[in-house]
Amino acid sequence: MNLTLKIWRQKDSNAKGQMVDYKVTEISEHMSFLEMMDVLNEQLVNSGEEPVAFDHDCREGICGMCSMYINGEAHGPDRGVTTCQLHMRMFKDGDTITIEPFRAAAFPVIKDLIVDRNSFERIQQAGGYISVNTSGNTQDANSLPISKHAADEAMDAATCIGCGACVATCKNSSAMLFVGAKVSQYALLPQGQVEAADRVKNMVAQMDLEGFGNCTNTGACEVECPKGISLDNIARMNRELMKASI
Amino acid sequence: MSGFFKSSIGRKVAMALSAFFLMFFLIMHLSVNLLSLFSEDAFNTASHFMGTNPLVQFALQPVLIIGVVFHFVMGFILELKNKKAQGVAYAKNNGAANSTWMSRNMIYSGIAILAFIILHFIDFWIPELNTKYVVGDMSGMYNGEMRYFHELVEKFHSPLRVGAYVIAFVFLGLHLAHGFTSAFQSMGSTAGRKKALQNFGKAYSIIIPLGFIIIALYHHLFNNH
Repeated sequence: MNLTLKIWRQKDSNAKGQMVDYKVTEISEHMSFLEMMDVLNEQLVNSGEEPVAFDHDCREGICGMCSMYINGEAHGPDRGVTTCQLHMRMFKDGDTITIEPFRAAAFPVIKDLIVDRNSFERIQQAGGYISVNTSGNTQDANSLPISKHAADEAMDAATCIGCGACVATCKNSSAMLFVGAKVSQYALLPQGQVEAADRVKNMVAQMDLEGFGNCTNTGACEVECPKGISLDNIARMNRELMKASI
Repeated sequence: MSGFFKSSIGRKVAMALSAFFLMFFLIMHLSVNLLSLFSEDAFNTASHFMGTNPLVQFALQPVLIIGVVFHFVMGFILELKNKKAQGVAYAKNNGAANSTWMSRNMIYSGIAILAFIILHFIDFWIPELNTKYVVGDMSGMYNGEMRYFHELVEKFHSPLRVGAYVIAFVFLGLHLAHGFTSAFQSMGSTAGRKKALQNFGKAYSIIIPLGFIIIALYHHLFNNH
């Protein structure tokens, strides 16, 4: 496949970026999108140009590092995948592909396609944990009865990899799917009850402080989420905050 | 609790609560207007009651106005906050791939509805207040007859007014098509995500505006004496 790529290039966080056109040739349809980017970067390095900076780590769809807004969608046009799992067979020979960083005021660009997602880390630090004694006296988890339904829902929420596709996709740059998932994974389990009220209040306060927008329930986040995190988690977070505030 | 309504989620809940109130009001308003299709007397009686009953005038009416103003002001505040949260705009954004036009354009359908409400205030509400509370005529009579039905028919003479009316209610339908189920989600209920309530919401967002449109067209076409 021969492709034209329109890629956002930005030297550093202070620089003014711009879209730059590149051509790549002989791309196999079996390549992942990141492998296609590797081909482009080899080409750029060989011609003495600065390679395009982009985030990646596991390349197995579980670490949440790879980002990119491809042809107007977070992680590209495929569903339920991260960019490392997006294959070039989703595109046609001769296509022009637009590649931009995830956009949100709370996700400032560091360089090219890499954005700073530490705002997610700070939200987690505000309450996305449980305090347990890990000094060797930890209670056997199986001694606490948990319904299959609650366990399944908690597990589904916990599959959020914190990639930020929800924020990137949301027209309001809202982080409510992410925070909803992180609140839900504990709210559904007995271990999460002790700190439940403080958790939701502190995480929502940190989310607002970071400058994420307000959810308008478009549902775009759920569609673009590589892990299929449900909007039900946002509703649950809303309930948890109401409960904690009354 | 005051902290709750300052949070992003609290603001959504406040939007939803005012939306529920306004959606209930729409049913009330349409019910009264529908009477005009069937009985001049019934419409006159209902209008006179709504227009002169102290409970409606001095308790429900102020609440309605506060509800309307609150919903718009908060809508604009949230829109501005959300614009600020977006940062740099995408060169290419395929919103249609993951969400409906209605859900992405609530602010525009809302502005169209606001424009209509302003016109409706100038056209109906202010003259009505003038008659009742400035002139002091609480009789509901004009030339020895109840005036409400005649005023309604008179209003719908103008094709321009009927045209604006129809357009405004199409926007109301688009606003409700997302707003109805969205309000449930904001209130923390997953009911809006279930097929039954989604279908009810669809029906509501079509029937309510269509009802108002039919009334306007009926009086324009068949009562244009």
